[in-house]
Parts: sequence; C-alpha cells; structure tokens
Amino acid sequence: MASNPEATAAPGRPDEIRAVPVRHPGRWIAAAIIILVAASVIHALIINPNAHWYVVGEYMFNSEILAGVVLTVELTIASMAVGIALGVVLAVMRSSANPVLASTSWIYVWLFRGLPVLVQILFWYFIADFFSKRVGIGVPFGPALFHVEVNRAVTPITAAILGLGLNEAAYMAEIVRAGLISVDEGQTMAAQSLGMTRGQTLRKITLPQAMRVIIPPTGNETIGMLKYTSLASVIAVRELLHTAENFYSKNFETIQLLIVASLWYLILTSILYVGQYFLERRFGRGTTRVNLGQKPGQTPAVAAA
Amino acid sequence: MSAAVPMVSAEGVHKRFGRNEVLKGITLTVARGEVMCLLGPSGSGKSTFLRCINHLEKINAGRLSVDGELVGYREQNGVLHEMRERDVARKRAEIGMVFQHFNLFPHMTALGNVTCAPMLVQGLSAEVARERGRVLLDEVGLSDKCDAYPVSLSGGQQQRVAIARALAMKPKLMLFDEPTSALDPELVGDVLAVMRDLARGGMTMIVVTHEIGFAREVADQVVFMDDGVVVEAGAPHDVLLNPRHERTRSFLSKVL
Repeated sequence: MASNPEATAAPGRPDEIRAVPVRHPGRWIAAAIIILVAASVIHALIINPNAHWYVVGEYMFNSEILAGVVLTVELTIASMAVGIALGVVLAVMRSSANPVLASTSWIYVWLFRGLPVLVQILFWYFIADFFSKRVGIGVPFGPALFHVEVNRAVTPITAAILGLGLNEAAYMAEIVRAGLISVDEGQTMAAQSLGMTRGQTLRKITLPQAMRVIIPPTGNETIGMLKYTSLASVIAVRELLHTAENFYSKNFETIQLLIVASLWYLILTSILYVGQYFLERRFGRGTTRVNLGQKPGQTPAVAAA
Repeated sequence: MSAAVPMVSAEGVHKRFGRNEVLKGITLTVARGEVMCLLGPSGSGKSTFLRCINHLEKINAGRLSVDGELVGYREQNGVLHEMRERDVARKRAEIGMVFQHFNLFPHMTALGNVTCAPMLVQGLSAEVARERGRVLLDEVGLSDKCDAYPVSLSGGQQQRVAIARALAMKPKLMLFDEPTSALDPELVGDVLAVMRDLARGGMTMIVVTHEIGFAREVADQVVFMDDGVVVEAGAPHDVLLNPRHERTRSFLSKVL
C-alpha cells in the first residue's frame, strides 16, 4: 500500500498522544496460573523414575518408525485421492438432472456416512474371507466378464484404503456440493448463454470457483484423514501407530513410544497447514478485493431499489 | 436464410413459473439489423421473455423462433421434439447475452473472460482467440485492462468486458438485460456508447432498459410490456412521445 505522501511529509504534524495505558491485571494473573500448572506437569514428567526420555530420542528416527511414517503418509494420500475423486463424482451426480444418478448418490452418502469408519475398515478386511473365492463383474447369473481373487486383491492396506477412502467420499461429496451451490447462479447462466454445455460449465466455470469454498474443509478432512489412518492398526497395517504399538508391546515403554508417534503426527499435520495456505492462495485469485472493489452502486440491493 | 425471415419471431408466447403466469401471450417480431427496446415496470416479464429467446427458460405455449428456427425444439412432421442439450448449446452460442449484474467469471482476467468461450465452444486456438479478444477489448475502450481481474474493474468497465465477451462468439443477435441498471450514473454513458456503436454497425439487438433517452435515439422499435402482455409497440416517436394507452403514459411519466 502506498502511504499518503502529504500526511508523512507535512511539517506541522500534530504531536502524538502520550497517555498512561489501561492496566490489565487479569492477563498477568492468568499467565501466572498457567505457567504454574504447566511447570508442575513438566516437573512431574521429568522427575518420574519410569520416564526413560532417551527412549523417545532413540525411536524417533528408528527405521521401522520412519517406514511407518511413510506408510501413514501414503495411506492418507491414497485414501484422500479416492475420497476426493469419488466425492466430486457423487456431488455432480447429486445435482444431475438424471433422477437415477441423483438418488444413487443420496443413498451412497446416507449409507457410508451412517457407518463408523472402523466398522467399514473391518468390513473390507474380512470380506476377503467371506467370499474366499473369486468375485467378478459380469452378467448376473451369467458369464463373468472380469474377476479377481478376493484374498489376493484385498490386502490389509487395500482394505484400509477402501474403508477410509469410500467413507471419505461421502463427506467430500457434501463438501463439493456445498461449494457448487455457493457459486452464483448468474455464472451458470452466463456460461450457458455463451453456448457452453453443462459439463463445460462445470469444469471451467463452476468447479474452479467452488474450489475456494471446497479447499478449507478439504484441508480439514486431510488432517483428519492423517489421524484416521491410525485405525488401520486394528487390521495390522504397519503404519505409524501400529509400528509404535509393536515396539511397546515388547519393551513396555508405552508412553515414550506414543509420544514418538504423537510428535510425528504433529509434524505431518503442521506440514499440511502450510500446504493448505498455498492452495487457498492459489484458488483465491480474483476474489481478494471483493469487498474493496464493490461500490455501493453495484450492489444488487441498491440497484433494485 | 433470406432477409425476409425475421431474426426473432414470437407468437402467443406463454411462460409459467408454477401457478404464476409471467408471460401471457407475447407476439412480436424483430427484423434483421433492428434494435428493439423493451420497456416496462419490473415484474412485467421483460427479462423472462429475453431469457426465453435463448432457451434459458422453456416456454409453456406459443411459438418462438430465432432466424427462422424454433428455439429449443425441432419440428418433424408437425410434431415438436425437444432438442438435445448439445444442440441447444450450439444455438445459444449464436446469441449473445449481457446481464444486469455483468456475471463476469471472477476467476479469469478480462481477456480470459473474452477468450474462454471461443476456445471452448468454437474450438479456436488460444492465439486466435486472444487476438480476437484484444481487438474486442480495444473496441470497448479497455485495451489496457486485458490482464485485470473483474474485481479490480469498475461496474462500467465490467459491463463493457461482458459485452466484449458476448461479441467474441460473433453472435447474430444480442440480448441486453437491463445492462445499465446496476451502474453508477456516471458510468452509464460509456456502456450506452458501446451499445450505440454496436447498433450502428448493424447488430440485431433486443434491449431491456429504463434508459428512455437511449431508446428514443437508437431503437427502431419500442415495445412497452406490462403484466406479461405487450401493451403497445411501434416506432419510438409514437410509443414514447404519443403513447395511445393510459398505462404507457403513466409509466413514462414516472420514468422520465
């Protein structure tokens, strides 16, 4: 922002007011109490004879823990990819003129949002045993066009990705739908009047503008997903938490290993914060001056009066 | 198409929203190269009629054709068939539309707004579309605003970009839906000047407006609508200066 040259260069500038500021004793009291509580908690942790803090340092960069971190990141990316891709499809289906697609989408969201993720993960994991043979896609009661050995296809990792991703899709569908609804109807009308089809309007006009609304909750979902991947430990996926569990079940340094896992989760979520900031900036183009750029005469309310 | 075929022809056009009948039998013709101004109080159905012309709204009864072809339907052996979406879109591409609130795409620059549809719909290369876009932005007096996003433009500038965007499709008919109603008074003149140039260049235009001065100067035909019907239509001199109907007279006395 360019400052007003006249204001800074003016020689007869008035003296700035020097007044005694209002005292805030409440802030000092609050700070004292909180420091006291924090200090006593830290003190209790340090003097605890069971606290082998060197264990945290030892395991922080242990190769198996690092492999767990990598798998946690991979699970997060894969599940979010499934969730976002399917979520967009479901959101578009929901707003489709085709009643079959619209109600299918509604039922999907109802079903997958209604079941706990842990239950879904267990379902996908044990479904392999349930079928125990091959499952194929083909004419019902007729010849199969395509089939897979379920046991081979559904490993614990794919069960985790399916469970987490398909559940996420239900939530992403609602987020994307909210984003699409947030775009002004006039945009669709303008695009259609230029001869764009519904698909073109969606891809080039509505969805890019919806991104601004879609990204913050999606960042939130990604951070949530990073933590939900720890549920995969129940089906023995060797992600971060499961690796930590494996160690403390042998050496009984439970809290220390949980702290190792927690520190890694915090590091990863912090990285996601940064990524979200840049994404929001990228998709905020053309909206940064919305309030400044709108003059009173341009607002619909004034125009209609 | 022969010159005798009118650009727009409406016969008894009806439009209902639920039980609310907005258009109650509109009959009018717009000849090729003609400028028609639609006047009338708000709620009289002017904007709805405009949206019917490029099938943004489906009509419930009557016949509406543009350049001799029915809007949104195909007639085969006396039976009407609904057109497929792709075919409707192709027809719309030949009709430009300018909106009261501009409806520019906020995530694209001025040039991006103008080049988007020609590339997407007409399949122009980016180079050709940009060249065409620059010429058009220059014609509306905004050659220095190619890279500006809509938010950083004034209302008058935004509306001129919107006109350039519609013209980029090389339309045979331009529809204006209260193009200056949302503008500060001092910005109205620039937009009207662009529209005046367009009319002089021979563009067929239908303009829903409250700018009586513009109608008197530019229009070949003025239509006064009220409550979903055409009350009075004719040359601007007749309708604006010697209205035959009491309703027209009272409206004009309030607007002027």
